Amino acid sequence: MVDSPSPRVGLFATCLVDLMRPIVGFAAVKLLEDAGCTVSVPEAQTCCGQPAYNSGDNSDTIDIAKGVIATFEAFDYVVVPSGSCGGMISHHYPVLFEDDPEWKARAQAVADKTYELLAFLYDVLKVTPAAAFDGTVTYHDSCSGLRELNIKDQPRALLGNVTGLSLSEGNETETCCGFGGLFCVKYPDISEKMVDAKVADIVATGADTVLAGDLGCLMNIAGRLQRRGIPIQARHTAEVLAGMTAAPAIGEPMGPDNTHKVSKV
Amino acid sequence: MDATSLNFKNNARGAIADDPLQKALAKLAVGFPLKRAQAAARLPEFEGLRDQARDIKNHVLENLDLYLEAYEEKVIASGGHVHWCATAADARETILKICQDAGAKTVTKSKSMISEEIAVNGFLEDNGIEPIETDLGEYIIQLRKEPPSHIIAPAIHLSKEQVAETFRNAHIDLAANRPLEEPRALLEEARGKLREKFLRADVGLTGANMLIAETGTNVLVTNEGNADLTNNLPRVHVVIASIEKIVPTLEDATTILRVLARSATGQEISVYTTFCTGPRRPDDLDGPEEYHVVLLDNGRTDMIGSEFHEMLRCIRCGACLNHCPIYKSIGGHAYGWVYSGPMGAVLIPNLIGMEDAQHLPNASTLCGKCESVCPMRIPLPKMLRKWRERQYRAEIGSKQVRWALHAWAWLAKRPKVYRYVMSLGIAMMGQFGGAGRFKSVPFAGGWTSKRDLAAPTGDTFISQYHKGARGDQSGELIRRKIMR
Repeated sequence: MVDSPSPRVGLFATCLVDLMRPIVGFAAVKLLEDAGCTVSVPEAQTCCGQPAYNSGDNSDTIDIAKGVIATFEAFDYVVVPSGSCGGMISHHYPVLFEDDPEWKARAQAVADKTYELLAFLYDVLKVTPAAAFDGTVTYHDSCSGLRELNIKDQPRALLGNVTGLSLSEGNETETCCGFGGLFCVKYPDISEKMVDAKVADIVATGADTVLAGDLGCLMNIAGRLQRRGIPIQARHTAEVLAGMTAAPAIGEPMGPDNTHKVSKV
Repeated sequence: MDATSLNFKNNARGAIADDPLQKALAKLAVGFPLKRAQAAARLPEFEGLRDQARDIKNHVLENLDLYLEAYEEKVIASGGHVHWCATAADARETILKICQDAGAKTVTKSKSMISEEIAVNGFLEDNGIEPIETDLGEYIIQLRKEPPSHIIAPAIHLSKEQVAETFRNAHIDLAANRPLEEPRALLEEARGKLREKFLRADVGLTGANMLIAETGTNVLVTNEGNADLTNNLPRVHVVIASIEKIVPTLEDATTILRVLARSATGQEISVYTTFCTGPRRPDDLDGPEEYHVVLLDNGRTDMIGSEFHEMLRCIRCGACLNHCPIYKSIGGHAYGWVYSGPMGAVLIPNLIGMEDAQHLPNASTLCGKCESVCPMRIPLPKMLRKWRERQYRAEIGSKQVRWALHAWAWLAKRPKVYRYVMSLGIAMMGQFGGAGRFKSVPFAGGWTSKRDLAAPTGDTFISQYHKGARGDQSGELIRRKIMR
């Protein structure tokens, strides 16, 4: 457990979760609140800046990063349901401000308290949420989470506690799925080749669901599975851990009211 | 060679459609990485050796002038000659002059990426001297007039059937109906052809895996022994090497050797590791009468102190190629020049120019696998990003992408406007997203040409959250948590 009885957590939802799959945000809030955190979701958040950063546009990246830092620096922790965006804040933000000591210090302070969601639950809060999921899943290690944040054991340990879930590991879980942000639209042929290799590895596991911690990878993998008519579902790991799997999987048809089931409290 | 890097997208498309290439890449994709992983696992100190190897090269690069001069002194003291060449053209001229002075008609060569970089073969041919590649892979691609597709396995892109066809076309003096199905038969045939050329050559041209300042020695690493016949049999031995190949001592060389073969092929050490120091001494049984070292800069000194400084630690093991999902999808030729893979994507823009090589640093997901296996711990993804920064500043690349990024960044910096615009956009997309996903979306063809696009599932998370919505807990949730 952490020192503070109720750590104040700022949830950086990520632009993809915000726009494309809100249920991951709700799952993150629930997991954090169940673990005793006081969660805030600042309205001033947009994106971590990776599209600009990975395109070499450091000036826009710096402006966007300043916004994120100012919005989140008051919290005890910043938690991100993505290894990619989490890695951006915790590894790349400080590098952006090499020539600006004041902002470098502020960036480093935020970087030091920023965690990917599953790593935060397992490594910092040391909780293992109890959940149930009926099915065989396989897990894709997203590149930034794996290689920048060392997220490998945490999701497996957390999934190991889910009743009814069995994990069937692929041979190439650590190989990139071919998403790469703008890469997948700039170089679609190479990206297709890569995601097909990923799909083949997933199919070979016999799993009925593929899980990962990054919505970018998941939308890429789900989109390719669906384009090829392969009936394997894709979900963010947080959805399973929070027990929010009643909602359709990524890219699957929605309920009759045209929304995911989200209840008001 | 003329670079085709600017044509990268077409090159890549062609490579993906090339069946023999794809079969070869599928084999490479499994073989090399597995062997490297096993070799690393067998050596408990492997990770520590990587740190040591990195530190050795960092120290060399900090003191390069000093070590180069010390090395030159030792080469001269052992009876050799050192030729300093600023450019590829200087190096070609220097090598030609040495060959002409030796009255050379043929030059045997062991595999050298620097010799590919300076395109010395065509230059020698144009001047009436026949260069003969003696590494099996290099021999095959020389017959086919192709550049190497991999820095340690230059003919990895070819099937044995393609090699057999190449040999039938080239060795027309041999029986047309000879069996060439087995790799062994191909090897024997090449060996027979090369043996006579080894004996006839006037000059032997080799590269160098390392140059040792302490002793004035060049180190050659091969699995075929062809380098030994190249440096020993002809009367003149010429070493072509770039300036960053220096290591201070014999001990440092052995440290790097311990990570080199393990990273490259998963071997503990290559089959042949040869140390050449100067020409034949009076009591030596064999060796060349003349020993020349052509030291090439070709842009390296400009890299020192730049954001690409650390690239100069590269020992050309090929691990970054073997583990790169992009390389494994398209092979080496798509990169359009003599180097390929992540190391090529960083190095090529330095050598042929950022504009011509503009695709290479962008054709990466920055997945980081290369850096995780690089024996010299070169931060390749960081340097790919540095090229993207330079390109962005120089306004190289698609105008449309640039414009779209600007529009997006403008919004991302203004949360209130961003929320408003995104909610509108999401609502619009949601109108058409009842099937859960899209088969095609205007302006998103790059995505939907290959995969479906999941539809947004209602209003944005942040908007819903602030209207009081919370997660649906009606599923299989068990309301209990276990504290560890």
